[in-house]
Amino acid sequence: MSNLRILVATKRVVDYAVKIRVNAAGSAVETANVKHSMNPFDEIGTEQAIQIKEALAKAKTGTAEVIVVSCGPAKSQETLRTALAMGADRAIHVESDVELQPLAVAKLLKAVVEKEKPDMVILGKQAIDDDSNQTGQMLAGLLSWPQATFASKVELGDKSMTVTREVDGGVETIKTPLPAILTTDLRLNVPRYASLPNIMKAKKKPLEKIVASSLGVDIKPRLETLKIAEPAKRQGGKLVESVDDLVDKLKNEAKVL
Amino acid sequence: MSTPTRYRVIALYKQLSYLGREYPAGADYFHKKLKGAFMKNKDLTDPTEIQKRIDLGDYVCKEIEAMYHINKYRAMKKRYYEDAEVENIQAKLESTNWATGSSSGATSSSAHRK
Repeated sequence: MSNLRILVATKRVVDYAVKIRVNAAGSAVETANVKHSMNPFDEIGTEQAIQIKEALAKAKTGTAEVIVVSCGPAKSQETLRTALAMGADRAIHVESDVELQPLAVAKLLKAVVEKEKPDMVILGKQAIDDDSNQTGQMLAGLLSWPQATFASKVELGDKSMTVTREVDGGVETIKTPLPAILTTDLRLNVPRYASLPNIMKAKKKPLEKIVASSLGVDIKPRLETLKIAEPAKRQGGKLVESVDDLVDKLKNEAKVL
Repeated sequence: MSTPTRYRVIALYKQLSYLGREYPAGADYFHKKLKGAFMKNKDLTDPTEIQKRIDLGDYVCKEIEAMYHINKYRAMKKRYYEDAEVENIQAKLESTNWATGSSSGATSSSAHRK
């Protein structure tokens, strides 16, 4: 009878559908009064943990506890509430108002891992705001744990997991012992939409707040953003008169045919 | 309408209202349609008919959730998973200066067509 403890790391990011703008100072993307939501890859991670829990319960071969954690300012709790509404059991908010870069997040998560002792940590492969693709890998390095990144399929075994990874040019299947780090790829699963009754239930689930500085971890940023700029504007288009004209332009002017 | 059914209808309305906040065509547009649809059926008394409408409402919930997922999935796929051939063609089209008829893109083309 296996009793798994799964830690899922999530991040509150600018919503994927928002048309982002560079702020007036040209120093960062404008985030004030902009819609935020859970990083899509983290939604997939949360869904995976809940599916593991449900599979164990259905097969009556064990139980799983899904703990979701997020590092960031007070509003990160909205993301945690979403995860609780999806089916996570409890949440941990590591509160910090200073900028947290992947290395800092990895160090904070290491402190949480040492406290909670999970059997696996699931992270999204990257956040859609900074596209670092580093936190999972750094956490594995700091913990000296094995890692299976870009997972598109996960099967749990006895104190091990078999993961199919999406790599350039195809897929690769690896097996690692637990505890281990998993980062999610787009094709791993379809995250559920939390229903209103579940959102109400989630309000009663435990949410623990830890102040980042109390974990005794150096979270100073190491990277400095020098410049942010919007991409170059597209050149003007041209109306065509006929299909022949279109084919002619694609062939001779754009040279794509 | 019996109390349990009444409760289900109200729960359905609330769920659809919650889902409609992110509707691409606008939350106000969705809310107008939602309210209109429910008001149109408010005088029904036959339990079978009411159940049919509730089932339709559940179906619409699933359709909306599926649409949201597909939109997000497609956006993520487009941003993070490149189709080299498509990107090459897009780059060429965007760099073409149509007025003078010259292509300023210097990338060599993957000329094979499937």
